[in-house]
Amino acid sequence: MREAVIYTEKLTKRFGDFTAVDHISFEVGAGEIFGFLGANGAGKTTAMRILCGLSRPTSGKGTVAGFDIYRQSEEIKKHIGYMSQKFSLYEDLKVWENMRLFGGIYGMSSRQIGEKTETILKELGFADERNTMVRKLPLGWKQKLAFSVSIFHEPKIVFLDEPTGGVDPVTRRQFWELIYQAANRGITVFVTTHYMDEAEYCGRISIMVDGRIEALDSPAALRQQFRAANMEDVFQQLARKAVRKVD
Amino acid sequence: MPAVQLRNISKSYGNLRALDSISFDVRRGEIFGLIGPDGAGKTTLFRILTTLLLADNGEAAVDGLDVVKDYRAIRNRIGYMPGKFSLYPDLTVEENLKFFATVFHTTVEANYDLVREIYQQIEPFRKRRAGKLSGGMKQKLALSCALIHKPSILFLDEPTTGVDPVSRKEFWGILRHLKEQGITILVSTPYMDEATRCDRIALIREGKLLQIDTPRRMTEQFTESLWGVRSNRMYPLLTDLRAYPEVKTCFTFGEFHHITVKADFAEEKLERYLQERGHREIMLRTLVPTIEDYYMQIAQTDTL
Repeated sequence: MREAVIYTEKLTKRFGDFTAVDHISFEVGAGEIFGFLGANGAGKTTAMRILCGLSRPTSGKGTVAGFDIYRQSEEIKKHIGYMSQKFSLYEDLKVWENMRLFGGIYGMSSRQIGEKTETILKELGFADERNTMVRKLPLGWKQKLAFSVSIFHEPKIVFLDEPTGGVDPVTRRQFWELIYQAANRGITVFVTTHYMDEAEYCGRISIMVDGRIEALDSPAALRQQFRAANMEDVFQQLARKAVRKVD
Repeated sequence: MPAVQLRNISKSYGNLRALDSISFDVRRGEIFGLIGPDGAGKTTLFRILTTLLLADNGEAAVDGLDVVKDYRAIRNRIGYMPGKFSLYPDLTVEENLKFFATVFHTTVEANYDLVREIYQQIEPFRKRRAGKLSGGMKQKLALSCALIHKPSILFLDEPTTGVDPVSRKEFWGILRHLKEQGITILVSTPYMDEATRCDRIALIREGKLLQIDTPRRMTEQFTESLWGVRSNRMYPLLTDLRAYPEVKTCFTFGEFHHITVKADFAEEKLERYLQERGHREIMLRTLVPTIEDYYMQIAQTDTL
């Protein structure tokens, strides 16, 4: 296995007598695209919040980008990127201002920010839009830009929480090509999605049911293990076993 | 008389043309899907049909009633589930349902049969405040509230967005049962795979109606020769396929990349080409197009 960028052992989070995350153990290697799947309420968001340094686990061990999730949550925040469908960019700032802001927050120098801004605008074909207000961009453009901004500071790992919800099919695919590129550069991608065709783009997938990881392998191996024609079928078989109704 | 009729409906917000001369009919008793990404104009269309917004131009009728003149009568006959959660968060599950029944001069008991299948799933939490429910349960409560006055037409604006595949499947099962009870359903979704669960669908994008038909007839109009390709290196495969002269388009599609090819395409030649580029475990197969293939054929990418 390549160097583990995420490592957890029996990670658990309880809220009162409710166990949201129940002894999950897994590793994610550098440059891997790791799909984190599960039904609504399976515990994905809680687990992701712990890995991003936003919530302390009740028990278990874990490191992200080499930092301990109990003692070094601030360091974790500096070394990860995060993007979700709900929050990504500041609508009232221009394209370049968003980059300036995020670069500044992550402590990059003005020169670094300037260079990186040029590179990204060129890569995305956005050079003419540098002065456009983000709110004026079509959703698909926003999402692509948001992804580029989330890895602006070249983090070791980026967390993507349903990044493509509602995006049109063509843009959804362009978005995944950006993910492939980032992974090729060695950035680890940790992604949740409700599109089962997107699960196929991941190197490995975990599927959570009632707070536990019930399956973890490559898409091909999971299809074989569950004698399923596709990932949709694997997901349906597993998630239907869920007993808890609250999320 | 169709359940819903639209004739040249247009609506702009400033310079943005949200709906551009949209015309179609929804037949009585059918599940009619509006399929399109964010920003296509789906919500604007729903708001006009539910009498919450006035169109700039055109005419629309719901249940034979005019959306402008007869708006009061329409409101009594339709159920509407907006995309955003719009129940009272401070009222409990049971209070919300009772409230909606009362507003429509009926009782929960009178129409309980219609909502039983859905409401039973949230009944264990009937004393919980609606604001404290999970996403899936909010969705079920909202549907119950939209149904409790026994509407003849149901408008559902993206009821499954952000919902996991298992709950989505369940939800479509519920819609089937409502259809069997004679309710007409107009439903929007950004998920192309849900299109096949509708009797007829309209594909819309940036305020324009692209196509309207049954899902089956729509995919039959896909005229290209479609193939699926995979290998041990899926990302480089994309670039290599796009560089190949006989390949017209190439998109990722889960396990396989989908390509459309020119008339002189030869399977063995492509396989040899890919082997030369270092690909192994190559698989090539002809495919039956899906709605998503068709949508991508007729739609362009986002443009400013």
